[in-house]
Amino acid sequence: MFSYLIRRVISAVILLLIVSAVTFGIFFLLPKIAGQTTDQLAQQYIGKSPTPADIAAVKRNLGLDKPVYEQYWEFLKGIFTGVDYKFGPEAARCHVPCFGYSFKTHIEVWPEIQSRLPVTLSLALGAAVVWLVSGITTGVISALRPGSLFDRLSMGVALAGVSLPMFFTGAIALALFTYQWPIFERSDYVPLFDNPLLWARTLVLPWVTLAFLYSALYARLTRAGMLETLSEDYIRTARAKGLGERTVVVRHGLRAALTPLITVFGMDLGLLLGGALITEQVFSLQGVGAFAVQAITANDLPNILGVTLLAAFFIVLCNLVVDVLYAAVDPRVRLS
Amino acid sequence: MTDSDDTASGAPGPTGNPEPSGGSAFLDVRDLKVHFPTDDGLVKSVDGLSFTLEKGKTLGIVGESGSGKSVTSLAVMGLHRASRRQRAKVRMSGEIRLDGQELIGADPDEVRRLRGRRMAMIFQDPLSALHPYYTVGKQIVEAYRVHHDVDRKTARKRAIEMLDRVGIPQPDKRVDDHPHQFSGGMRQRAMIAMALVNNPELLIADEPTTALDVTVQAQILDLIRDLQKEFGSAVIVITHDLGVVAELADDLLVMYGGRCIERGPADKIFSAPQHPYTWGLLGSMPRIDRDHTDRLIPVKGSPPSLINVPSGCAFNPRCPYADVPKDDLTRTVRPELTEATTGHFSACHMAPAERKRIWTEEIAPKL
Repeated sequence: MFSYLIRRVISAVILLLIVSAVTFGIFFLLPKIAGQTTDQLAQQYIGKSPTPADIAAVKRNLGLDKPVYEQYWEFLKGIFTGVDYKFGPEAARCHVPCFGYSFKTHIEVWPEIQSRLPVTLSLALGAAVVWLVSGITTGVISALRPGSLFDRLSMGVALAGVSLPMFFTGAIALALFTYQWPIFERSDYVPLFDNPLLWARTLVLPWVTLAFLYSALYARLTRAGMLETLSEDYIRTARAKGLGERTVVVRHGLRAALTPLITVFGMDLGLLLGGALITEQVFSLQGVGAFAVQAITANDLPNILGVTLLAAFFIVLCNLVVDVLYAAVDPRVRLS
Repeated sequence: MTDSDDTASGAPGPTGNPEPSGGSAFLDVRDLKVHFPTDDGLVKSVDGLSFTLEKGKTLGIVGESGSGKSVTSLAVMGLHRASRRQRAKVRMSGEIRLDGQELIGADPDEVRRLRGRRMAMIFQDPLSALHPYYTVGKQIVEAYRVHHDVDRKTARKRAIEMLDRVGIPQPDKRVDDHPHQFSGGMRQRAMIAMALVNNPELLIADEPTTALDVTVQAQILDLIRDLQKEFGSAVIVITHDLGVVAELADDLLVMYGGRCIERGPADKIFSAPQHPYTWGLLGSMPRIDRDHTDRLIPVKGSPPSLINVPSGCAFNPRCPYADVPKDDLTRTVRPELTEATTGHFSACHMAPAERKRIWTEEIAPKL
């Protein structure tokens, strides 16, 4: 088990390096291949109407004249050592871990992301809890009584949940519960440890709307998985032992039915942690997703690079956790 | 004289199947019907089956796929009615008495408490019948603790003891292995250990050796026989392989199309089988002592539909002797079980003398 863990961690680190190299290449190598001059490239890092001095500063600071692999190496080194930027007489320090520096806003990328992470984490993890509980419960009940009224109704709702886009359900939820009946008033994000109650109150609507989208999928996956598992031979064996139906369904059925869900959940959560773009936008939450949208709108390349790497990190991390969990849950995985 | 139609078949009893006398047998199944309503019609998987079984005896139920033998065993175990979903899908009637207790109309929870404790079952494919995520030990412990109020440690000791008893080497280590770490034969041994952990009085083995290597099959059969002697339980062995029951069974019950077509002591059925279908089964069984030049004789055709069972004798479309009885009797009247010799019943329209002649002159020499 331990060596398995080590192997997975090593491969995850390698994967992250590859992802960062590819991302870096997209930002710094592709423009070169496409025929952009370093001047044009440097221009993109600065706001409108740059002076030649600005361009020269960017070129020097980013080392745009050097080969791309050297730039990549400097970038990687910067994460661990920090980077100093000089703008004529002025200087800026990008602190460890330095994931870049916005020449447009003159703000380091990492502190900006760091300040927004709690919002995205709260949103994604909270919603995940909601959709796991509601989705799995619905799926199990549906599977136990397929064709029943509950089954048809919940699967109908689930279909709606899968098909309705976030910006629609989110807007409806806001219209109903914030404006029509102000149960959840609009307020800025409150950190969890400042005031847990207010924290939850602000996030209930985003959680529920986001979870609605996912729980629909999870209910359907759970239902299908349960129906399949409950017809397995080992379920018959469990009943033949004289186990109660609840034990049969939960300990023998659900355990096996949920295993494939781990994979899907890892992917979904990983994606969300990289920023729930639409949800954050709809509910005006200043999370990583909103930051990504702003960065893209402003064409602020270092910021875009930063959030892209962060998203990649979360996906790789979640996949690592999935792999380890899988081995813990399914003993057959450890061998292969 | 050969076609002296129904004189010897005798008049069928008023209830159809002759009921086994007594009524105090340990397991007493009477006129069992298990029907499944489907979109295509009512599937009559078991349609009027009766048999009895005493403790210490082994009954072999033989038949091809779809003859209703597995459905019968699951019915005895109450496994058609274990969950709400299953109960909605099945119609059962008749009587199943275990030590005098009626099971068919009983409260499902009451039957559940009997399952695993007084009656236990081992299944065909131990790899799929054991839960892949739990260790073998955990699964045996679970089977023990559901019926015994003991702590984990005691139950674990019991599990190791059972694994040892069924011949698993190093049981104190293997107890923590998962099923996939066991070989096929070991898995079936573990399955047997799990079934016997509560000393059940009735053990049902549904095709216990079908999924195993030939070399392992004999070992498992020996094990079942030894354990039965030791525990004195009643055993039902379900199989399509006459070789299996030849080794194990005291009595035989041959099923066809959801009904019993021949029943009696195993030695009588092997020495003087009464039904053409049984002849077919014997003819299609490979035997080591048979001349190699002879081919196996398969039973022609395919098993009958359980929705539209052929009228008359269900076997008539495949029976080479269907035209022997007069007046198209085979195709119009369903033959009832009649007693040929003491305790040996069969359901065929042909006169016993005629059947005896066909068996001794036409069938037996070829086997």
